[in-house]
Amino acid sequence: MIRSELLKSILPVIRDELVVCNIGLPSQELYMLEDRPANFYMLGTMGLCSSIGLGLALNQKAKVIAIDGDGSVLTNLGTLPTIANNVADNFILLIVDNGSYGSTGDQPTYAGLKTSLTKVAEACGCDNVIECRAEETAEVLRNALASNRMTVIVAKCASGNVPVPVIELDPAVIAHRFRDEVARRKA
Amino acid sequence: MNVNDAIVESMVRARIGFVTSVPCKQLAGVIERVDKATGFRHVPCNKEDEGIGLCAGAWLAGTRPCIIMQNTAVGVVINALVTLTQYYRFPLPMLISYRGEVGERINCQVEMAVHTKALLSQLSVPTYHFHRPDDVGELDGILAHTFVARKPVAILTDASFWKGSA
Repeated sequence: MIRSELLKSILPVIRDELVVCNIGLPSQELYMLEDRPANFYMLGTMGLCSSIGLGLALNQKAKVIAIDGDGSVLTNLGTLPTIANNVADNFILLIVDNGSYGSTGDQPTYAGLKTSLTKVAEACGCDNVIECRAEETAEVLRNALASNRMTVIVAKCASGNVPVPVIELDPAVIAHRFRDEVARRKA
Repeated sequence: MNVNDAIVESMVRARIGFVTSVPCKQLAGVIERVDKATGFRHVPCNKEDEGIGLCAGAWLAGTRPCIIMQNTAVGVVINALVTLTQYYRFPLPMLISYRGEVGERINCQVEMAVHTKALLSQLSVPTYHFHRPDDVGELDGILAHTFVARKPVAILTDASFWKGSA
């Protein structure tokens, strides 16, 4: 199972939640599969998906899923101690770990070699860290949402990409409709 | 009034609810007060671009954010400021200690000081500069302007400004 198949498999689970999606192909794939105002697509800024997700989760009550990648988490490893030490039980960090930089041509990441992001997250102090196979992701994610506890999921999947359209939405539109969704959930 | 207390009171009046920071010796007092103040959530970050991401998330949640950092971080945050804060039109006040200026004792700090204003100017970041403790009186207006402008705004603060703190 590659990332686009994993994303397709979790669509029924994330459909009602706030989602922050990683730069590049993950956002383009999610946009193609099912665009909706509660998706915040990152069009740039590699590494900050988990930080945006945590900031969002800490400042309102609705559940937040940050769909990140192994390469992006490696770019911003400092995010894991911050997540561990600022618990938001409405926050789930889903690291789609395909061991490669998918958007740039599938170059290998260290997470696909000797480095275990699961162990890194645990060593950083994250309390609920679950590593799973790609095929198990939807169920693990559903259980994590039901647990009402901050969870880091490391979903191990195969490397590979599918053709996707460019996201034509203006960034201000993405942000504006997303903020409206958040406000609607607060009301 | 002590400038640290004045800054925190200004933040409260501006309805800022989320603050992230990376420490600097000059900023120690204000960070301590932000951490103790009720009404803010203070989340220290490990690197300033991570902080820019946290602030973006806070704004998406409907909370007014603020980042407190040293001017050396201007070099760290450029990509995040341009492709996240500016690109998505997020407001972000950045309270920045201006190290490496007159009164500095650490030689290396001068190296980023000489680039700080040029970088902010190149990025078209509205930039204000506090020299004396009384300049804190400008902060209310600058914070209000930041949320009208929906842009990152820099407030550079000299060593001589922080002499009014304890």
